[in-house]
Amino acid sequence: MSDHAVTITVNGVERTDSVPARLTLADFLRERLDLTATHLACEHGVCGACTVLVDGETARACLLFTVQADGSEVTTLEGLTAGDELGPIEQAFWAKHGMQCGFCTPGFVMTISELLDENPTPTREEIIEGLGGNLCRCTGYVKIVEAVEEAVTLRGGGP
Amino acid sequence: MKPPDFDYVAPTSIADAITALGSDSEAKVLAGGQSLIPLLAFRLASPALLVDLARVDGLDHVTDEGDRLVIGAMTRQRGAERDPRLADRCPLLVEALRQVGHPQIRSRGTIGGSVAHADPAGELPGVVLALGGRVHVTGPAGERTIEAEELFQGFLSTAIADDEILTAVELPASGPRTGWSVVEISRRPGDYALCGALCQVEIGDSGSVVGAHLALIGVGDRPMRATAVEAAMLGGASPTEAAALAPEGLSPGSDVHASSDYRLHLATVTSRRALTQALERAV
Repeated sequence: MSDHAVTITVNGVERTDSVPARLTLADFLRERLDLTATHLACEHGVCGACTVLVDGETARACLLFTVQADGSEVTTLEGLTAGDELGPIEQAFWAKHGMQCGFCTPGFVMTISELLDENPTPTREEIIEGLGGNLCRCTGYVKIVEAVEEAVTLRGGGP
Repeated sequence: MKPPDFDYVAPTSIADAITALGSDSEAKVLAGGQSLIPLLAFRLASPALLVDLARVDGLDHVTDEGDRLVIGAMTRQRGAERDPRLADRCPLLVEALRQVGHPQIRSRGTIGGSVAHADPAGELPGVVLALGGRVHVTGPAGERTIEAEELFQGFLSTAIADDEILTAVELPASGPRTGWSVVEISRRPGDYALCGALCQVEIGDSGSVVGAHLALIGVGDRPMRATAVEAAMLGGASPTEAAALAPEGLSPGSDVHASSDYRLHLATVTSRRALTQALERAV
């Protein structure tokens, strides 16, 4: 099968490549661009570890072929904050021990970023519902919910 | 790379999409991919060619035609969920959309893709059946419409032919004194429902029920219209009396998630709760 030319803006940088149709966006990010913060676990859209922003909305990078994202803007965890600075969500994960083993964390941070942009002061119930699409197999959701509450405080209730 | 190898085209017109689909007997339509791509990852599907509809002109729209709403097949579920016209004119659809997977799924998933996929536990097939909607399809022979009652033919199976493409979903707009409700029982929020009830009722001038629509999902090989319950509601039965008839004609399977008997029990429970809430809203 022939390859397809794609141009995708990833974290503000335009990337051009030639990819097989079956290459998922997650594999493209990790293997072609060395952006390995986007994690892969289930690879069929259940766990949320590969959550990225596509044209400003969270999406599963494992349920999107790179060819489908041609012309799109993609933001990964690497692009969420400038350089090595920790953003408020990352600081909150550190402060509240939200990381645990850390494998699911990138997906959670992307989901939380969108959640707090849309609803800067969520209730605990809204936080729990908002995290429903991300799985943590350490099963330590309490610490992750506390990290979101801390992030709300660090962000001063604003976006 | 987990999916099997396939070729890919992204046509920009429906005519080109029909031609591409007809060019290979193993071709398949790709909409949002949120059901198809997992099937590819498991290699349960191995199409030779995917015809991506995302770049086809004119498939992403919500059109208000007075008493009907026409929603383009490639309208993203998340966009539809936020559309104030749909919230106002078809609240059952918007409430059902909120229970489709998770936001990360709905940002890619489409209205048409979900209906064409015809998962027996899917919310959107349930909405189309409950409201007596129809779908618009285009094929080599031209355009036609398929009524909801004929559309769903079995497990992941519809009356849409292999060489046809679903282009729009048409639903009746809700009138005054209409109430709606979606009640699901699932292991976790966002999971497919063990059983779900999607319901809309209309109240007449005298205060009696003049319209009753109820579809059940997760209890058959396709979404099921609960005609006995609807007739009872039109005959003046209470939600509890009517919901007791919900298991009529159902023979759900047993699996690791729930037994057949439990699903039948849930058919009554979800129907009662949905009818009760819908009546409360129909003021």
